[in-house]
Amino acid sequence: MSLEANPLVRDWLRVDGDRLVVRTGKVDIGQRITTALVRIAAEELSVPVAQIDVDEVRTGLSPNEGVTSGSNSIEQSGRALRLACATARAAVFEAAAHFFGVDAGALKLEDGLITHPGANSGYRLLDKVAKLDPAMQVDPNARILPASRVQPVAMTPRHLEDMVRGAFRFLHDIERPGMLHARVVRPPHAAARLKSISPEARNLAANQTLRIVRDGSFLAVAGADEWDVIKSSQTFARGCVWDLGEGMPEAGVFSLLRRNPSIRLPVVEGSPREGESPPAISDPEFSAEFERPYQLHGALAPSAALAEWRDGLLTIHTHSQGIYPLRAAIADSLRLDEDAVELIHAPGSGCYGHNSADDAAFEAALIARSVPETPILLKWTREEEHRWEPVAPAMRVSTSATLDTAGEVEAWSAEVFSDTHRGRPRPGPDRAGPSRLLANRLRATPIEPAPAAPNMAAHGGMHRNLDPIYDFGSTRLVKNLVSDLPLRTSAMRCLGAVANIFALESMMDEMVGRNGVGAVDFRRRHLRDERAVAVLDRLVECAGPQPDADGAGRGIAYAQYKNAMTRVGVCVDLVVNEAAEVKLDRVVIVADAGRIVDPDGLTAQLEGGFAQGASWALFEEVNWDRSGVLSADWESYPVIRFSDIPEIETVLIDRPQERSVGAGEASPGPSVAAIANAVKAATGLRLTRMPFTPDALRAAALRT
Amino acid sequence: MTLTLRINGEDRAVTSDPETPLIYVLRNELKLKGAKLGCGLEQCGSCAVLCDGEAVMTCATPAGAFEGKAITTVEGLGSTATGARVQRAFVKAGAAQCGYCTSGLVVAVTALLSKTARPSRAEAKTWLDPHLCRCGAHSNVLKAVKIAAEGES
Repeated sequence: MSLEANPLVRDWLRVDGDRLVVRTGKVDIGQRITTALVRIAAEELSVPVAQIDVDEVRTGLSPNEGVTSGSNSIEQSGRALRLACATARAAVFEAAAHFFGVDAGALKLEDGLITHPGANSGYRLLDKVAKLDPAMQVDPNARILPASRVQPVAMTPRHLEDMVRGAFRFLHDIERPGMLHARVVRPPHAAARLKSISPEARNLAANQTLRIVRDGSFLAVAGADEWDVIKSSQTFARGCVWDLGEGMPEAGVFSLLRRNPSIRLPVVEGSPREGESPPAISDPEFSAEFERPYQLHGALAPSAALAEWRDGLLTIHTHSQGIYPLRAAIADSLRLDEDAVELIHAPGSGCYGHNSADDAAFEAALIARSVPETPILLKWTREEEHRWEPVAPAMRVSTSATLDTAGEVEAWSAEVFSDTHRGRPRPGPDRAGPSRLLANRLRATPIEPAPAAPNMAAHGGMHRNLDPIYDFGSTRLVKNLVSDLPLRTSAMRCLGAVANIFALESMMDEMVGRNGVGAVDFRRRHLRDERAVAVLDRLVECAGPQPDADGAGRGIAYAQYKNAMTRVGVCVDLVVNEAAEVKLDRVVIVADAGRIVDPDGLTAQLEGGFAQGASWALFEEVNWDRSGVLSADWESYPVIRFSDIPEIETVLIDRPQERSVGAGEASPGPSVAAIANAVKAATGLRLTRMPFTPDALRAAALRT
Repeated sequence: MTLTLRINGEDRAVTSDPETPLIYVLRNELKLKGAKLGCGLEQCGSCAVLCDGEAVMTCATPAGAFEGKAITTVEGLGSTATGARVQRAFVKAGAAQCGYCTSGLVVAVTALLSKTARPSRAEAKTWLDPHLCRCGAHSNVLKAVKIAAEGES
């Protein structure tokens, strides 16, 4: 897709003096995609990594690769870049062969220099790449270097040296001459609208150093001194009177998922279809419902954006994961030509999906429109980030199964209920892009949220990994897109895969046991994929002796992300203590991501995915009441901390002959499931609702 | 009235209101942008600096409270032997993903090693508990602590 939309070699690389510059539309959000891209270019072109840069990601200049999401960057950007490099190398080799009057096969490429035995001068690859025909197309069949012919590349992750010295610049650190800091004044909750502003608050506007911006119920304060702006925005907020309407719905989201209207679609081989859903399994031997609450992206840095409206051009620095779709949504919101809006990616903190980055970018633009010719640096507060980000949808997965006489799964049913996972401001019917930007709902002429349409893509949205990776006799899969739920939702790392893998892998453990088959063998018997079995075999080898302390338990889980990407097995040893707290002790992660591009980056993604999965499994849940979202900081919304981190051993299975596949979202699902299975082993309690808090464990114990 | 703060070994006269939390003075007046604002509630550790050798958060405590104390920000750590060793260990261990929590962690680990040359893994975990990392770089950060401690021989 990336290559089809951006077919030229120069879309992916250019030469600047003696440096090779890689171009990509994917943004680095801590997953080290740019490190991986530099490695790919270094491998294919034998250029030292110290000589390779990566262009900033900017509308109009960078290849349009849509959104950085779905663990697709290695497969899309990485593949396109690798082929672009291979195409360029082949063209330069052909020219060099002609120049030397030898066969191309006699040429050698080392450290960026092409030579042949007997040549007394080299031929600098980059000089020739610089002179390639600008219209040269990437050859989709270009011969990429096999792993066996690649010189090993040693590379410190990009920017790490700067990060440890405090010298790496985030969007939040940008300064511009004449820049104003800005803060938004939020309503108490999403349904509240501004009724009036007190005279005292209004007087703030008379303060020459402050600017008050208002568009309907969207309010912001801007000024030169950041702390002054923070204090003033708090004063201003106290002077705002809101019409609270009926407030937030008070019913729990799991009961709403059961009773609210929904669009119901059968899912066949991973994809939703129009039509009737097949009948449920009658009188199933096993059945259980699994639930995941609303959870936050909870980026460590509150969202920010720098916007400036100058000479008819609106320039926005943003940490959005999709600058092209966001540009379209912002241009549409303000009725501008897309050419009048330029978006430049600048680093934010890890986002793990669609958080408030896009909202902040548009809000900075709204403020900049009122204060033209002035750079506006808008930062959200911690409370705003917690209470106003588009959260990960709550989910319910209803499962049932029947075994045959051999103890294998004869019939499997999984029906999933959730809100949309697609809240990104992508263009679509009914001004879908603008309707998903928070501020548009508050402006004087509001753009109301458009009803979500079901995601029909294979393994999209809530039905990601709904289709079991195992070979079952028959499967019945159904998705329900439920409407009228309390919170705005969008994409978070793994989408539906977390709840679906939690459900499937928990049930796999429940169904184990007939005929004395253990958890690993039960999975092996249902897998027809040798690479999956190899992952399980390594997991068993590395797991070591079973824990046998009081309250200790071991759980395993397996998944292949989207049934097509990285294969991951997770083994968790944990202890449930007397306070009913789950204490993670030791974890083994085994992964097969095909040909490995960056082993350290891959390990970091897998281990980071475990930590986030463990945080979801044990701690995270968004709470609200009639007055608004109550999860407003790190005390009211606890997350994993250092003392919760187990020993982690990560084992990578390299497959040099196989395609490199995405891994950023591969480990959280099986991590959650392995923790659930280990809790069951430790306590006998099957927990079916995340998070597995001491209260949840005690409640489960009382039910037995 | 000006406030004098001793930062990275130098006395700096600052004009910000002494009631301003230190982080805004560091970042906006002194242009030391290494400390990060993560919460403003002393709940996440992104804003930590060394203050008389202790790791302290700067996002809520007024700058005036730091008068007379020796402050070292992440930018100044490299000029101390322990700080430089911790920075090298973080690079060696690949102990960051997005990097937003990294400044605070480098500061906290430096403070730890200044007190306890060879902390156990459990001690390191407890010490770092006030610091959040949302990317899940914890394992590599704990590896960095070990590498930095073993460099102390």
